[in-house]
Amino acid sequence: MNRLQEVTWKGKVPLAEGLPASPRIRAPQKRINLAQVTWFRPLLLSRWPQFLIRCLTLAGSVFTIFAGLFGSPVGSHNFAIIFVWIAWWTALKLAFIPLGGRSWCSVCPIPLPGEWLQQGGTLEKRRHRFSLNLRWPKRLRGSWLQSSGFLLIGLFSAVTMTDARVTAWVLLGLFGLAIGLSLTFERRAFCSYLCPIGGFSGIYAKTAPPEVRVVDASICVSHREKTCYLNCPWGLYPLALRDSSQCGLCLECLRSCPQDNIAINLRPFGSDLGWSRQSGRLDDAFLALVMLGSALAFATVFTGPWGSLKSAAFAIGSPPWGLYALGFLAFNLTLMPGLFSLAVWMGSRWSGQKTQLRRAIGNQSQVLLPLGLFAWIAFTISFAFPKLNTVLSVLSDPLGWGWNLLGIANTPWSPDLSGISSILQVSILLAGLFWSASVAQRLVKASDRGSLRQALPILAFCFLFTLAMFWLLVG
Amino acid sequence: MSKEWLARSIVIVLAVGAIAIPAVASWGRRHGIEIHARMAETGGWTPESLTAVVGVPLRLRLTSDDVIHGFAIGQTDLPVVDVIPGEFSEVTYTFDRPGKYTFYCTRWCGINHWRMRGAIVVSGPGTKPDIARPPLYVSLGLEIDARNPADVVPVQKPSSARGAWLGATIPAAYLSRDYYLAHSPLELWKALRDEPNLRNFSDQDIWDLAALVWKSNATPQELKTGQQLYATNCAACHGESGAGDGVFADQLDRPKSGEHAEMRAGEMTTRPAGFTAPQSMLSASPAQLQGKIIRGGMGTGMPYWGPIFTEEQTWALVAHLWTFQFDLEDRP
Repeated sequence: MNRLQEVTWKGKVPLAEGLPASPRIRAPQKRINLAQVTWFRPLLLSRWPQFLIRCLTLAGSVFTIFAGLFGSPVGSHNFAIIFVWIAWWTALKLAFIPLGGRSWCSVCPIPLPGEWLQQGGTLEKRRHRFSLNLRWPKRLRGSWLQSSGFLLIGLFSAVTMTDARVTAWVLLGLFGLAIGLSLTFERRAFCSYLCPIGGFSGIYAKTAPPEVRVVDASICVSHREKTCYLNCPWGLYPLALRDSSQCGLCLECLRSCPQDNIAINLRPFGSDLGWSRQSGRLDDAFLALVMLGSALAFATVFTGPWGSLKSAAFAIGSPPWGLYALGFLAFNLTLMPGLFSLAVWMGSRWSGQKTQLRRAIGNQSQVLLPLGLFAWIAFTISFAFPKLNTVLSVLSDPLGWGWNLLGIANTPWSPDLSGISSILQVSILLAGLFWSASVAQRLVKASDRGSLRQALPILAFCFLFTLAMFWLLVG
Repeated sequence: MSKEWLARSIVIVLAVGAIAIPAVASWGRRHGIEIHARMAETGGWTPESLTAVVGVPLRLRLTSDDVIHGFAIGQTDLPVVDVIPGEFSEVTYTFDRPGKYTFYCTRWCGINHWRMRGAIVVSGPGTKPDIARPPLYVSLGLEIDARNPADVVPVQKPSSARGAWLGATIPAAYLSRDYYLAHSPLELWKALRDEPNLRNFSDQDIWDLAALVWKSNATPQELKTGQQLYATNCAACHGESGAGDGVFADQLDRPKSGEHAEMRAGEMTTRPAGFTAPQSMLSASPAQLQGKIIRGGMGTGMPYWGPIFTEEQTWALVAHLWTFQFDLEDRP
């Protein structure tokens, strides 16, 4: 638990959870505190740079909705399809998340209108607010809804990612939902509990360099006002952060801390991984499995050789689509969790671990994160790279109305990765597998009765997944 | 102005600008009528009816919302335009006569490709549309759906070259254009068989003479035009070889369930006719074939081509259809 609203308040913040389980094994890793870099600090402290970027992304989103609704229905000639599913979706997986964790969340425009109403202002909180400010229901906490949202996207992905109008309506729906939840619940309920992209970014943010932490825990403990918590739109308390999955990098804690006790660190990749948690969270494990399963399902539908499967995924509402949906859900809700649970159970049995299965699953799900992230990157090379040439032409004719604003509407440029894409994808998947193996090894060392046997079934699971991705992407 | 009000202004200006700028820009840039093409199952042409005035240029901006289509105006020699998904093809037509013109898709875009049709009504002061002449099959009172399979067929494909080589004298009555149009090869064969001066020739020889008569009614240019029209408009269903085995044939023949059920537009369809079977073809006259082409096949899925082909084009197509029965080459 790292939300104050989810734990009993005073005296019970689990400070020890974020610390290494065994100092013998894990030496403190080096960090660069960006908040202390002289030239960078003003950019972090001022709300304006971030706000202006959010304004631009909001304008981009509004234009995307407009293009989706009124532009050409031909996906390759519509800004909504090309910029959401080719440019942004690729940038998210290749740059925003691996390098910046939840950096997209810090400039995401979707919560902006709702937050304006909720807080009475766009830049700072004001008196006239419009929100019931209810607490988010306890039974709906965790990342279960985000996992469900991602599965829902997967079910309709074939149409959503190719039909500009559907993309526009999905985007409108997300804005509407975010506004509705801001008017009903406190803080960023939509981002924290519902946004599927937030779930995707959040879980893989554990592998990325950025982190928000306190500089000196004792200062926070003695600080009575907790201004960082009061000002955090996400409802997080920096002292309690144990990983980077929840923090949206809005930096309000940095701006509101009177003691200058907040660090915006750059750390080594994967610093959140390999720790043995006090309480394994099943919702996080499920989210990791959904992301892994969805990568495989997307690769199967979009890059696999089965035309009938692709047709079924497109024919929403038809009996073939029903079968596809059944298969997709069975794969993600039953097969993947079942196989992973079996692997964890076998590992625990063979190594003589007495850990509760639930906690073991939560802990071991960390192993899936590097492989999952790299599987998405490898899929993106097949899915998006061949279509990157459309980005330039769509910039020149964003609505498919026959414009040529920049004179490059018919530019035949396309990154030719045909010669190296297979090698690149194999290398990426292998790197993900080895990174996952390294996390498994760390977990073995961090556990009380560590044994390689504990990791072997989980690594076998990862290896099988990697083989399946090889087969789908490389052949 | 406070920081907050400045921030609000920026949000509103950018959000409104994101819609207003392209909307205003589009207002000033659109010239001509925009026509969107979709497969017939999802809408066909939008709009599907246009108006124009004689002598006044009609500017069209054509785009496809799904697959590649083609745009042509029937019974004219106005240019044919490819309609590419997401791109705009601009074309300007000027009509010199009033009337109702049919525009249609020239690409095999789907099983209901032929349903992609629309109309341009051209009006003009002081001019009147031509009064259409009834087609020949109507003048002759032919029942074009009647099935009268040939009771006599040749043992091999009749050859006009072999017929010419026989050196027989064919009575002039059978060589006229009017006779050719109104009679079937079987009727000609029976008539020639009864001619006393041809009594010494075998049945196959008489078929070769019939082929010779048919060749005398088709110029090489007509045959070439007919072949091009067939390849463009007919082969998708009837097959390149005329055997009724085109790429859409199986779909037309399937019951109304299964994977292609949704591709039908609701009408019953049958397997396309073949032109290689002598029993059915040799008992049909050119006028009957013309009638089928103009009117279409009732209840079979065969489209009507009357508004599309000119009379010359229809006869050229009919002439080509006979090449599936007769060898009309100069050498056997």
